[in-house]
Amino acid sequence: MATIDIQRVTLAYDNTEILHEIELEAHPGEVLALVGPNGVGKTTLLRALSRQLRPQQGVILVDGRDTWRLSHREAARQVGLVPQQADGDWPLSVEEVVALGRMPHRGWFLPLSSHDRQVIHKTLQQIDLYPLRHRQVTTLSGGERQRVLIARALVQEPQVLLLDEPTANLDLRYQGMALTLVQQLAHEQGLTVIVSIHDLNLAALYADRVALLAEGRLLAKGLPHTVLTAELLSLAYGIPVVVSHHPVYNTPLVAPVLPHKKNGVTK
Amino acid sequence: MRRSRVPLIFAATVALLLVTLVISVGMGAVSIPPRQVLAVLLQRSNPELSRTTVAIVWDLRLARTLLALVIGAGLAASGSAYQALFRNPLADPYIIGASGGAALGATLAIILNLNLVMPAAFVTALLAVTLVYFIAQAGGHVSSVSLVLAGVALSTLLSSAVSLLMFLGDRDLHEVFAWLLGGLSGRSWPQLQLATPLIALGIIVLWSMSRPLDALTFGEETAQGLGLDLFRARALLVAAATLTTAAAVASAGIIGFVGLLAPHIARRFVGGAHHLQIPMSVLVGALLLVLADDLARTMMAPLELPVGVLTALLGAPFFLWLLKRSETWPQ
Repeated sequence: MATIDIQRVTLAYDNTEILHEIELEAHPGEVLALVGPNGVGKTTLLRALSRQLRPQQGVILVDGRDTWRLSHREAARQVGLVPQQADGDWPLSVEEVVALGRMPHRGWFLPLSSHDRQVIHKTLQQIDLYPLRHRQVTTLSGGERQRVLIARALVQEPQVLLLDEPTANLDLRYQGMALTLVQQLAHEQGLTVIVSIHDLNLAALYADRVALLAEGRLLAKGLPHTVLTAELLSLAYGIPVVVSHHPVYNTPLVAPVLPHKKNGVTK
Repeated sequence: MRRSRVPLIFAATVALLLVTLVISVGMGAVSIPPRQVLAVLLQRSNPELSRTTVAIVWDLRLARTLLALVIGAGLAASGSAYQALFRNPLADPYIIGASGGAALGATLAIILNLNLVMPAAFVTALLAVTLVYFIAQAGGHVSSVSLVLAGVALSTLLSSAVSLLMFLGDRDLHEVFAWLLGGLSGRSWPQLQLATPLIALGIIVLWSMSRPLDALTFGEETAQGLGLDLFRARALLVAAATLTTAAAVASAGIIGFVGLLAPHIARRFVGGAHHLQIPMSVLVGALLLVLADDLARTMMAPLELPVGVLTALLGAPFFLWLLKRSETWPQ
């Protein structure tokens, strides 16, 4: 159980400021969605949370401790990252890739213990990868590789799980499956989950809270129906937006209004 | 599935290597049948064995064949490590300038008549690899093109420096030149005794670092996210791979492409996980260099070709094929 506390964090590449004085927190047992236009800094914020980018100002606390004061291995036991793209083209099997998630626990040299193997097998079964465990990852589909990366992060047994656009390469069915899994991990296992996501409707369906980034700042944070409003989204994306209700779940349903669109049925 | 075949593949490769070793020791101007070679090696008394046969096996052939085995193994292990470190299937001790660096240090030590061939080779090789790494890394990841260009440019510089040293030095040029071409001709127990412990140490360190190597194939960010201390892991890996290369170069000159070929062949059989790939590469590299040396000794007998020339003739086309193919890879 670990709370993530982002305190007045400013992030920059070289001298170009990307995000300015972000104040945000995420709690155990909840899914926090980061939304906002392309290039607004969602990935940048996740990189800072996983210690790949040092904030120019401000601190990021995990369970009350500054992440930059943790050792590499300790940090990796606290925070697991699922990157946006399958990042390896090396011929490793699914099980070999997932087993790397035990490195923060085992270090460089120690062989895997029977407990490690148990964790690996349990996770492979949990995300439906067990039958594929001997397959080479390079032969898998985009959706399968995405699940391998999620499994690798889970095997780290982190308190905090970060996912960068986990649904970007997935079809409608797998989008739902991936996010249902993410939701279960938060609600049932008490993980703190932060997920960057483009699709506002998926964010509305699966997130407990939403943080909307625009123009380098945190524009709004809160429950989906308070953040995903026509007013705020129009402001953030610079186009008119209408918000309706999901016919089944009654969560916000977002649709853009495209000024130049001519064909189609209009009322 | 694949996993269950792995022990079998290892057993078959070890058996193949042992058979090749025995046959190789028997090959040469005086041909000795494998049965007699075995008898000599196992020190069985056998009336068939002449004193000459025993001398040929022990004094001339065995050490040289074992040296080919050890050097092939070492180059293959360091090739494996460099390929993961650079995240590039074209990396090889020769391509990335490690061998050229080692050659410069070794030549310097020979010409200055210093008894420091091995340490000098290690230091200059380490400098060369570090330099290539930083040049090629511009922009965050090491592309095939920048790696090869940086390696080639630095190798040219290094070999020019070696030529200059040879030109200025008053040592017998032929001796240094033949050594540089990479040959096992005339190498024997002293070289084997010097190279074996260093190469063995290098291989053991690299093998024990299989997990960090696996993690590094996913790139810096993922490796770090998995809790790897990048700086320390890389420093140790580069040091071990370069020590292995330097020991190989100092004892037998520049032998290219074994470190490129062996890991590729190994990955085909046991996959890319380094705890399997490194031992398999070691076996394949040993096998390749023993076979290459057999060819070098016998192809144009009584003339002996430098084995480095032979491995380059066979390995360079493979390298070019890989380079062509890597253009179409993602990334």
